[in-house]
Amino acid sequence: MSEVYVNGYFVGEHDSPLELIKALLEKRRKNQLPSTMNVAYHEDKDEVQVNIDAGRVRRPLIVVENGKPLMTEEMESKLEKREMSWDEVLKKNIVEYLDADEEENAYIAVSRKEVTPEHTHIELDSSLILGVAASVLVFPEKNRGDRLNYGSRMAVQAIGIPLQNFLQRDDTTYNVLVYPQVPLVKTDSMEAVGLESHPSGHNLVVAVSTFYGYNVEDALIINKASLDRGLGRSVAYRSFVTEFRRYWGGQEDMACIPDPSVKGYRSEEDYDMLDEQGIIEVESSVPEQGVIVGKISPLRFLGISKEIKMGLQNFRDNSLTISSGNSGIVEKVILTSDAEGNKIVSAVVRDTKTPEVGDKMATRHGQKGVIGLVVPEEDMPFTADGIVPDIIVNPHAIPSRMTVGQLLEIIAGKVGALAAKRINGTVFKGEEEKIRAALKYMGFRDDGKETLYNGVTGEKMEAPILTGITYYYRLYHLVSKKIHARSKGPVALMTKQPTEGRSKEGGLRLGEMEKDCFIAHGAPITLKERFGSDKVSIPVCKDCGVIAIEDHIKNRTYCPLCKNDVIVNVEMSYAFKLMLDELRSLLIYPQIVPESS
Amino acid sequence: MGANCSIFEVGVIIMDESVIQNVLGLYEEKIDSLDISPKEKTALKLSLKDRYAKMRYDPGDAVGVVAAQSISEPATQTTLRSYHRAAGAGLNITQGLPRILEIFDARKVPVTPSMKIYLKKEYNNKDKAVEIASSIKETDLKHIMVMDSLDLANMALEVELDKGIIKQFNIIPDKIISAVKRKVKNVNASVDGNKLIFEIKKDKVTIKDLQALRFKLRDVHVKGIKGITHCIVERVGDEYVLYTLGSNLMKVSKIEGIDTSRLCSNNMFEIAEVLGIEAARNTLVMEIIETLRAQGVDTDVRHLLLVADAMTQSGEIQPIGRYGLSGSKSSVLARANFEETIRHLTDAAVYGLSDDLNGIVENVMIGKTAKVGTGLVDIAMKTQKKEKPKKVAETKE
Repeated sequence: MSEVYVNGYFVGEHDSPLELIKALLEKRRKNQLPSTMNVAYHEDKDEVQVNIDAGRVRRPLIVVENGKPLMTEEMESKLEKREMSWDEVLKKNIVEYLDADEEENAYIAVSRKEVTPEHTHIELDSSLILGVAASVLVFPEKNRGDRLNYGSRMAVQAIGIPLQNFLQRDDTTYNVLVYPQVPLVKTDSMEAVGLESHPSGHNLVVAVSTFYGYNVEDALIINKASLDRGLGRSVAYRSFVTEFRRYWGGQEDMACIPDPSVKGYRSEEDYDMLDEQGIIEVESSVPEQGVIVGKISPLRFLGISKEIKMGLQNFRDNSLTISSGNSGIVEKVILTSDAEGNKIVSAVVRDTKTPEVGDKMATRHGQKGVIGLVVPEEDMPFTADGIVPDIIVNPHAIPSRMTVGQLLEIIAGKVGALAAKRINGTVFKGEEEKIRAALKYMGFRDDGKETLYNGVTGEKMEAPILTGITYYYRLYHLVSKKIHARSKGPVALMTKQPTEGRSKEGGLRLGEMEKDCFIAHGAPITLKERFGSDKVSIPVCKDCGVIAIEDHIKNRTYCPLCKNDVIVNVEMSYAFKLMLDELRSLLIYPQIVPESS
Repeated sequence: MGANCSIFEVGVIIMDESVIQNVLGLYEEKIDSLDISPKEKTALKLSLKDRYAKMRYDPGDAVGVVAAQSISEPATQTTLRSYHRAAGAGLNITQGLPRILEIFDARKVPVTPSMKIYLKKEYNNKDKAVEIASSIKETDLKHIMVMDSLDLANMALEVELDKGIIKQFNIIPDKIISAVKRKVKNVNASVDGNKLIFEIKKDKVTIKDLQALRFKLRDVHVKGIKGITHCIVERVGDEYVLYTLGSNLMKVSKIEGIDTSRLCSNNMFEIAEVLGIEAARNTLVMEIIETLRAQGVDTDVRHLLLVADAMTQSGEIQPIGRYGLSGSKSSVLARANFEETIRHLTDAAVYGLSDDLNGIVENVMIGKTAKVGTGLVDIAMKTQKKEKPKKVAETKE
């Protein structure tokens, strides 16, 4: 007896579940039961699941009966010409929607060719076996599986046009590509996904060649002139928000150009760009850590009496500044208020980012790389026709990764550019022979290779080099937002050790395992030097082993316990001193016993 | 170095020249047999000596850290896949990282204990090997029966034996009955052809009693050594070798025909118990080498020897970690730095422990030069004056 569930609730038992399902399906296909109903038999649990509730993800499939798809090719063309409506197809149950459960019982053919009597359904289109992320890749069947994974993962990181209303928005950060292009080699599902109206890359002329070692390890050589023409140029928008709060006692934040008497006043030129309301003028350029909104807040604590006597205003400068590492031009300023009625000022700052050495780019085949060198156009190799590549990729990127699809895209892109036609690269629909034939017809070698000439010497290169067009993404990992180094700089208050992180101009941590390496090399003195960032010399009582008190007024150093002044200075890391202090707060009395000598 | 300078005493042992000579002696013969001129031979020997001297660790080298890194760096690259088909016929023995962890953690019983059994010469043929294998493999009643059923009419339990297996393993039904009687009291048994009939000696026998008996009987140990669930005969070269799943060194070594000198198990504790700590140390090294080699890692044995020595030096196998070597460090700060910081610090406070700051970690912690490598040595100089030759001036940190 198998259990029968409707919408997950147990309703009864049935002797022959398969017959039950058959009957239910028959009724559904005769439109006697709602088409939104899906039925599934779980053999392992011996239960029948009937689902008619909302929220199930379903997908359309063509019904196959006795090895014959109900949708004939004639119908397909009718549908295409709009002589037949989709509703009609659904009503006639030529196409039905399956949910994830019922799909488990279905035997779905990918294409018309492979339909057998056992099949229950056939895909509307063979490319629908791929999901959204994978369906934007071209020639996926020619690449190794993991590359597709990488490819679709990186497509997400591409700079493009994420939204067409970006000028109206003030998101914290967003990047917009300046001259986006629709790919020459496309897939059928691109339009459905929205990549035709929101493209995110460029069709670049690619040569697969080495270049004086500047493109080893997946680096890319990029044409300077192409950059000047706008290749990969993007605009990075970043918004900075500040809120004007009200405090008790009727005090509140005020937007203005701060008065020089205000605590923490910067300097006159820092407030130069602000208008009389204290808000920056649109289209003015702001330097790093420049002021966008002049804001003064009441003091958190009233200062010491001296300050009050001197008649200083009880305000401090709390201006909104651009965070370090950012600069640009103010795109727009938005004035609004929050739910409590507090004024909010949001300023969007834009910065144009031209690709530079260290920026990341990738193809749709999981081939990513970093720009290794920007070469003036006159030094780039050129073809007999005078075509100069935008990008030179190292050939070593290809064999071990087996991205044949990329090679094919280069050729297909070339054909597309020559014939002014977009080439279809959807799964199972790429036609390699036709593409090659077309290239040959246009007077090129059918393998896409061309003779190149050295741009510097003008010499003909010995080997023909694969040149063509590939769609390249510019990924949002920009060096300018990652580059970081420090010599001396800020330290954390508590430990006296360098701060952490690029935004805080932090140091690079020498960790536990790195420490072990110094020891393994027998270099403890070097290690001591590296760990010396929080070095302090601390007076310690020789008898009690307790940290002594330095009294600057009486000019005396003495032990807090025995009032003795036999004090030695002990050098240690401040973090250790902190630990001793913490132990002391736990009522543990750690003693420092100085070496007797 | 001037005549007045000498190496300050820090426990530096200059290696005896004779040690070098001993090592080179191994190659002497080989070099002499080479077809080169005597001049070249001496040059070769000299350069060999030079090489050897260079390859030695210098005083103060952090041998332990180097050993740890040499093992753990490649270990991070080994696959996490734990099972590997060993011995062809399908014994799954833990391999890779899980096994390495198991060894260094010194787990009392490995996940897959296993033995490798060599046979004496006169027993080294297929028939004998199979016979020994069958006598080693643990056989319970459940392995040799077709089915067991309750005879409710007579309130008895019927066990039907598998004819083929009984014949193959040469098991007499009477033997089974005596085995059963050893484990279960108050049972009457009789043989009826292929069937064994058991009755409970009790006035009122319930079905519950019979059921309990039924499950008890299934686990009655009939033949072989307990714990050894599988035993496979493999031909290695011109020898037959037995591989087992489950390990019992003591009992297996008593079986006739087994070459006890080559008998080994992957259970270090068992070896330590049966053969002593030195044998356990050797197994430890062999086990690490084998697991690493299987993953394509080629670590110098000397690193492994060091680790094995450290693990066994107390006379019993100590794990590396909180409850083992790291937890028994003498320095409070070093222990607190590793694991269970609070416990070690509070203990130190309660017992008033002190830290002499001799180790590495402690010194790194407080920001002092650790006593390894270049930090090990101090410069000491005898004063020029002859009147006070004993006074030594030290440079201070």
